[in-house]
Amino acid sequence: MHRTGALYGQFNTLEQQKDTASLGMWIFLVTEVMFFGGIMLAYTINRHTYFHAFAMGSNTLSLKLGGFNTVVLLASSFTMAMGVWSAQTGKQKLLTLFLTLTIALGFVFFGVKYIEYAQKFHHHLVPGRNFDITYCINNPSKCEDMDAAELDIERKEIDEAQAADPDLNAHAQLYYSAYFGMTGLHALHMVIGAGLLFWLLRNAFAGIYTPVWNTPVDIVGLYWHFVDIVWIFLFPLLYLIDRHK
Amino acid sequence: MSTTTSTINKGPALKLPEKNYLNQTYGIRSWLLTTDHKRIALLYLVSVTFFFFVGGFFAMMIRLHLLTPSGYLLSADTYNRMFTMHGVAMIFFFLIPSIPAILGNFLIPLMIGAKDLAFPKINLLSWYIYIVGGAFTLYSMVTGGLDTGWTFYTPLSTVYSNSAVAPAVVGIFITGFSSILTGLNFLVTVHTMRAPGMTWFRLPLFVWAHYATSVVMILGTPVVAITLALAAMERLFGLGFFNPAMGGDPILFQHLFWFYSHPAVYIMILPAMGVISELIPTFARKKLFGYHFVAAASLAIAVIGFLVWTHHMFLTGQSTYAAIAFSFLTFLVAIPSAVKTFNWTATLFGGSISFDTPMLYAFGFLGLFLIGGLTGLFLGCLGVDMHVHDTYFVVAHFHYIMVGGAVMGYLGGLHFWWPKITGRMYPEWLARIAALVLFVGFNLTFFPQFLLGYLGMPRRYHVYPPEFQVYNVMSTAGASILAIGYLLPMIYLTWAAFYGKVAGNNPWPATGLEWTTASPPPTENFEVTPVVTWDAYDFHNRPDLGLDIPGATPGVVVPAHGHD
Amino acid sequence: MQSPLPFFPEEASSFAGNVDALFLFILSTCLFFAVLVTLLAIYAAFKYRRTSPGEVGSAVEGNTLLEIGWTVIPLFIAMGMFAWGAVVYTNFRTAPKDTLDIYVVGKQWMWKLQQPNGKREINELHIPVNRNIKLIMGSEDVIHNFYVPAFRAKMDVVPGRYNTLWFRPTKLGKYHFFCSQYCGTNHAVMGGWVTVMDPAEYAAWLSDEAGDVNPTSAGEKLFTQLACNTCHLGNGTGRAPSLNGVYGAKVLLADGTTVIADDAYIRESILQPKAKIVAGYQPVMPTFQGLVSEEQILNLTAYIKSLQTQPVPAKGAGIAPPTAGKK
Repeated sequence: MHRTGALYGQFNTLEQQKDTASLGMWIFLVTEVMFFGGIMLAYTINRHTYFHAFAMGSNTLSLKLGGFNTVVLLASSFTMAMGVWSAQTGKQKLLTLFLTLTIALGFVFFGVKYIEYAQKFHHHLVPGRNFDITYCINNPSKCEDMDAAELDIERKEIDEAQAADPDLNAHAQLYYSAYFGMTGLHALHMVIGAGLLFWLLRNAFAGIYTPVWNTPVDIVGLYWHFVDIVWIFLFPLLYLIDRHK
Repeated sequence: MSTTTSTINKGPALKLPEKNYLNQTYGIRSWLLTTDHKRIALLYLVSVTFFFFVGGFFAMMIRLHLLTPSGYLLSADTYNRMFTMHGVAMIFFFLIPSIPAILGNFLIPLMIGAKDLAFPKINLLSWYIYIVGGAFTLYSMVTGGLDTGWTFYTPLSTVYSNSAVAPAVVGIFITGFSSILTGLNFLVTVHTMRAPGMTWFRLPLFVWAHYATSVVMILGTPVVAITLALAAMERLFGLGFFNPAMGGDPILFQHLFWFYSHPAVYIMILPAMGVISELIPTFARKKLFGYHFVAAASLAIAVIGFLVWTHHMFLTGQSTYAAIAFSFLTFLVAIPSAVKTFNWTATLFGGSISFDTPMLYAFGFLGLFLIGGLTGLFLGCLGVDMHVHDTYFVVAHFHYIMVGGAVMGYLGGLHFWWPKITGRMYPEWLARIAALVLFVGFNLTFFPQFLLGYLGMPRRYHVYPPEFQVYNVMSTAGASILAIGYLLPMIYLTWAAFYGKVAGNNPWPATGLEWTTASPPPTENFEVTPVVTWDAYDFHNRPDLGLDIPGATPGVVVPAHGHD
Repeated sequence: MQSPLPFFPEEASSFAGNVDALFLFILSTCLFFAVLVTLLAIYAAFKYRRTSPGEVGSAVEGNTLLEIGWTVIPLFIAMGMFAWGAVVYTNFRTAPKDTLDIYVVGKQWMWKLQQPNGKREINELHIPVNRNIKLIMGSEDVIHNFYVPAFRAKMDVVPGRYNTLWFRPTKLGKYHFFCSQYCGTNHAVMGGWVTVMDPAEYAAWLSDEAGDVNPTSAGEKLFTQLACNTCHLGNGTGRAPSLNGVYGAKVLLADGTTVIADDAYIRESILQPKAKIVAGYQPVMPTFQGLVSEEQILNLTAYIKSLQTQPVPAKGAGIAPPTAGKK
């Protein structure tokens, strides 16, 4: 099927084409909801069953870093929305600016994620390879990023949790499986999103998007907002519930 | 038997249209890089048929081996691989794609008056994803095989099995995206690409059926994707969601797995029902009785189908209340299927019925789906399932629906639309014989299995107590007849594609938009975008078909079969 | 025991009659509708067959009353089936208070059952007639399912949890039981026999230790009962060495040493199978410590000794070659 200008051959009007692309992206996002929903369900059920181990897991996550990342993603959604508006109103320079900002914020998110993951590797909190939730409290010298006060709190929490749940380590490993599974899947979607944004940026520089035709910006925007919403669910689920109780 | 078929008058021999989608461009690249939905349908036809042979080979091994109670042919491990790979190949690589990816892809744009699907490149991507997923699964089959059962219950599949589980699971995971993208494409296409005048309630029921199927595809498949991804991670990296030794729950796997796999069976049957809803009105020359109810029933099946998955788990030790709730819902989901069956039967009354091969398949479907569907009631009934769960009763039930239902629908549809797809007609008498052979062979294969099940023979058994042998021998005998019934169409349909009698635009004649364009159609489907002013199957308002109604255009219809 | 083309297993539990009655109710209802629809379809096919090439059917579109009718009536019938089934099932899932409890462990690929007084069985279950029996079941590895067709009863055996299955046997006799949830290689042979006995006989059996008088035949019976024969195939193709000719022979072990297969070696192999692994084999034999008495070990040894004269297969006997193996 050939393309005449902006119109693809299987369509009769640009409006039909735009409606089709939009509907396609919305339905795709529904499938993503079902996809993430599955693993969130598994997480929630396990959280309920292994309350103590999962609360302990939440406590080992950094509220500061997680919270910061949340703000970063919300901001990136804002810049994305501004980008869509710029495309719709024909402001090419602003469009490239907002797309660049969105990408930059995305990379900030990756950077923070990298710091968090590195910390988990360092603290022996990766399932399957030498997982040990007591590693830091037993080897304070190996966990330099935690000061004495933090270690004391953690020691107390682990002792309480261990008393309530003798298999704490095994169940905490389940928490971390879910943590890496969910955040890893989310990060993968963000990488894809970043790739799409780069593609948009390249086209924006070339002046391809006009008020008449800017569908790709629109639908990538939808995708980016969705990825943001997934994080809005992940953050409370992983970081906030039962924290330091 | 009456030889009156769709022959209206004899005319001069027809010629294929000069330029059609098959000869518009030449060369392997024009096929492998096509975005034409019709060519993509043929790509699927070849690959899906390949997997049908793969699954069929495993079926043959199963039935041959079960001739004797003590297993003369295969070792236990090999037999376990046979039935597992039979299930995987048939379900994920044949039944789920077959009608949607072949007939759906080919026909939906034609039926709604569009030039192509909404996303032609995504359509091609779907096929490549299917091929890659298939390659992973084939790799698993040839390097150690798979012996977990197609249901992959944990911890057998994630911890204990010594077979090539990981590549197979990855392959099925990948193929799931082919399904998701096909469903997405269909949904959007039906919403935004209908020709002027093609309102929702003028759509052929084939389209309604695929719409409902697509809803199931996009909501259900992602769940099995994440489930298989978790299972693969458990197998490869030792995570413990489903492994009791690590605090996980094998029943959680079953819930997640069946949440998709039950709706999946509706993915497999709804399209076949859609085909039947085309065949019966066409060959009874009458509107489908209760069009709106049949359309609504398709949607009802799709929705209620998501609410019954735990009926696969009545005996896992779950709460009695949960079992009762799911049994209730399971009986509810049977009702729309019953409504459809009554409507199809009622369509026959007052019709003008001919017994062309597609109609024979429709009748076969009616009978076999009746038995298959009704036997589902036994299984949904808690007081019977406690005896027949995981026995051959279940095996017989789902084969009646999948083979007796879905495959009959698939073959009936292939025959019906073969002239549209290839421009040529299949040999009618050979086809009728093959349909009969299939029907007889099928019943002989699977009816004894109901008896085996109630007698207590469990499924997935490589050896069995000697008192079960008679029924097993009957079943194997039937399978050999069934095999002939499958081989015949493969052979003559292929022959007919090249040497069959040229069919013309509308050999039957049928009322769908797809029949108003040439056979085979041009690449852009319609010379001029059609404007629709008639209802589906509205023979009385279609003078252009040349039938005996007032104001009909005389001499329009060309002979369907040249044997009169 | 059964006619050449049987349809129903024996009814040997208090559930069986109810399940069969319910089954027949559903069967007759379904048969009625199936025959009705089939006859209607055949009738219509004949009555309305095409009589001229251009003939068209009538212009009927539908009938709302009919639609409502054939939606509501099947709904009522379906609800009837559901309700009856739910009642039968609830009774099945609710064990009475006064049960005789048997502990069952399923593992790949055998069943271990323990009577209330501690007496253990493998792949066999002896129970008294007309008593409520409750099986408390666990799995050591994967999901299994304990299924007695004659009782119309089955229940999954899931690792990580206990599932209970209760029934009340009503007829004396021996009934097959099967594993009914696919569990790997030998799923199909993971079954056995339930023996329903007179209560007095059951009591006697429960306290009885002695088996056959002849040690070799007692050992042979045990060899099958304990499922030794599923791995130690005589022809050497099993996952364990053939025992033909092994008694008294030199056996080559995995670590390169050889050992004479005397009574002590056989006893150690049964109780601590991982102590000495035969060369070329995997250490997969389960231990029978606690499952066999000393007397039973003696019987097994007598039987294995009797296999001295059996033909040794070319491959798979574990017997050391005549010249000493190289290190």
